[in-house]
Amino acid sequence: MRYRLLTAALAATATLQFAGPAAATDLEVIHWWTSKGESAAVSQFAKAFDNDGHGDRWVDSAIALGETARSTVMQRVLGGDPPGAAQFNPGRQYEELISGGKLLDLTDVATAGKWDEVIRPKAIGSACLVDGHWWCVPVNIHSNYWAWYSKPVFEKAGVPEPKNLADFLAAAPKIKEAGLIPFAIGGDGNGWQIQLLFQDMVTEALGVAQRDKMYTTKSAEIAGSPEMKGVFTQLRALKQFTDNGYANRNWNDTTNLVITGKAGLQVMGDWARGEFAAAGMTGVKDFGCMIGLNEAKPVVSTDGDIILFFKQNNPDVEAAQKRLAALLISPEVQVAFNNAKGSMPVRGDVDMSTADPCMQKSLKAVEDPANIVTATNRFITENTNQQLNELVAQFFADDSMTADDATAKFATIIGNSD
Amino acid sequence: MQKSWRHRFHLPAVIGTIPMILVALGVFVIGIGFSVLWSFTSSKLFPTYDFVGLAQYRRLWADNRWLVSVNNIWFFGLMSITCNMVFGYLLAVFMDQRIRQEDLFRSIFLYPFAMSLIVTGLVWQWALDPNLGLQEALRNWGWSSFSFAPLVSAETALYALVVAGIWQGSGVTMAILLAGLRGIDEDIWKAARVDGIPTWRTHVSIVAPMMKGAFATAFVLQCVGVVRVYDLVIAMTGGGPGIATSMPAVYVIQLITVRQNVGQGMAGATMMLLPVLIVLAFSGILLWRRNRLREAGA
Repeated sequence: MRYRLLTAALAATATLQFAGPAAATDLEVIHWWTSKGESAAVSQFAKAFDNDGHGDRWVDSAIALGETARSTVMQRVLGGDPPGAAQFNPGRQYEELISGGKLLDLTDVATAGKWDEVIRPKAIGSACLVDGHWWCVPVNIHSNYWAWYSKPVFEKAGVPEPKNLADFLAAAPKIKEAGLIPFAIGGDGNGWQIQLLFQDMVTEALGVAQRDKMYTTKSAEIAGSPEMKGVFTQLRALKQFTDNGYANRNWNDTTNLVITGKAGLQVMGDWARGEFAAAGMTGVKDFGCMIGLNEAKPVVSTDGDIILFFKQNNPDVEAAQKRLAALLISPEVQVAFNNAKGSMPVRGDVDMSTADPCMQKSLKAVEDPANIVTATNRFITENTNQQLNELVAQFFADDSMTADDATAKFATIIGNSD
Repeated sequence: MQKSWRHRFHLPAVIGTIPMILVALGVFVIGIGFSVLWSFTSSKLFPTYDFVGLAQYRRLWADNRWLVSVNNIWFFGLMSITCNMVFGYLLAVFMDQRIRQEDLFRSIFLYPFAMSLIVTGLVWQWALDPNLGLQEALRNWGWSSFSFAPLVSAETALYALVVAGIWQGSGVTMAILLAGLRGIDEDIWKAARVDGIPTWRTHVSIVAPMMKGAFATAFVLQCVGVVRVYDLVIAMTGGGPGIATSMPAVYVIQLITVRQNVGQGMAGATMMLLPVLIVLAFSGILLWRRNRLREAGA
């Protein structure tokens, strides 16, 4: 293990040497890593890049909320002033940037670093490897399939810790009686948190195979099935256990409700684990995690973050971009970043023995390909994604909308998606 | 003919306004032209010239969120313009009573208009947030059953926006109408008093009709404000909860920037332009008719 790590590190340094002449370069990086745990993680990237021996400097451009950060990047690209690099999620958000020739081709860096060998699972690499060229660097694997709960809250309410969503729904009235918020959720950014929950419930209800079939064949039939209506009904049931401050709350304030023992459970991706870690909690006695919405059927999704590099007309900047690209995926940086972030490294050849119990669960689950769920964003465009956000958020906010209505609208959106 | 042209346009004035004309042509006409053009294409993230006819408009009018936005703007517009005019006029009448500290009051009423809507919208959002604002404060003071959280419910959020819009807009309406009121000859008031006409009647039947110009100015300003209402919504609700307070301008910006769907966004922008064009054409026709009548009379 040690030895392999060392060779990989050497390989990474070697690429750095090849990358070009030493020239001090400022590189602006736009991202939406703004919460406490996230900024601890991103500072690992900045630190490594500032100390890469070429005098490079990481210019941090943190913009809160993914959709705002992404649209800023798009506007800058369209306006002819692209940033050096930017965070995106793997999926179809950047397919037009590739076809429009706006991105820097990283194939030579990838070949030197043997990305196609070290990156696992293959599904993560395929987000960046399009038509035989590497267009981005995957930096982590996040799974959206997690629920985080406060052990003290369940103790205080005198109910057992949940093993699945049905358990939780049964326990929720007791938590409410104890004067606490049973279910924590936030409705900011067009309702993406609600859709994350919804997508987890869809996979749980339909099963991985049926869900994939629905998205790949744009099947309005599956989207309008009784199982889907069941999802909407269950979503309405969960709504009854939220507090009325949810409307504009962001995800990390929501996580904070669970951290401080004001709320029972939150369904959120594993970036929430970074918040628990930043609050000094270890996950042994203070908080618990439920993998997927059902411990008996663990699933891990291949969501995560990637870094895109934009074409610049300056060879010095380009060299610095390639240095950063190689650095992001180097083993030490991967370990430092992902431990702070709560995500899994994209390479399997690093030592994660220091990972906490929740991370161990996902490291175990990811070994079986049957447990891997393809990220929803791989199937749908940002347009469809936002339509789904709106539908789910509207259904969640407006109690007069029936589950039948919502199912019909869901089927229309899926049927018409491109 | 020649004479009337010279009469209408003074050469120095024409030269002086050329930069303005160029900017107006460049920014507005060409910009609007491209918006309309792209609304007929299949543009996604990058503008393209792949024409698809009215497909974007069909998708637009089938989009639930657009329909909600259009409904919202009608409700918001009717409520806020009516209330602004009424409150603005009442405030102006109140200010016209030769009260002490008039300057102070005028500043207070105008202040909401002078500040950025993003700032005032955020203040409103905090004040109405159930965990930070009014509700929490009153509960902490001992009224533990007090419940007031209009922004978090889909049924009431739009009303909260209307209230904030009135708070913001009635001050400037007051200023315009006050100027109009001050322009009314004192002798008219005296004559009305001598004739024994009640004050409210003088306002409704004599003064208000004489202030047509001031009312029209205030009304047009309000209408423009309503059509492009964006920052207030973004700061207060972000269009939520769900899509309950979405407005056309919010929808268009969201489609162009976040959803990477320029074609459909431009279709929405063109639909927003349509009522403005109709109003402009209508007032243009009225103006033209009045001028013709005047010329015929002279």
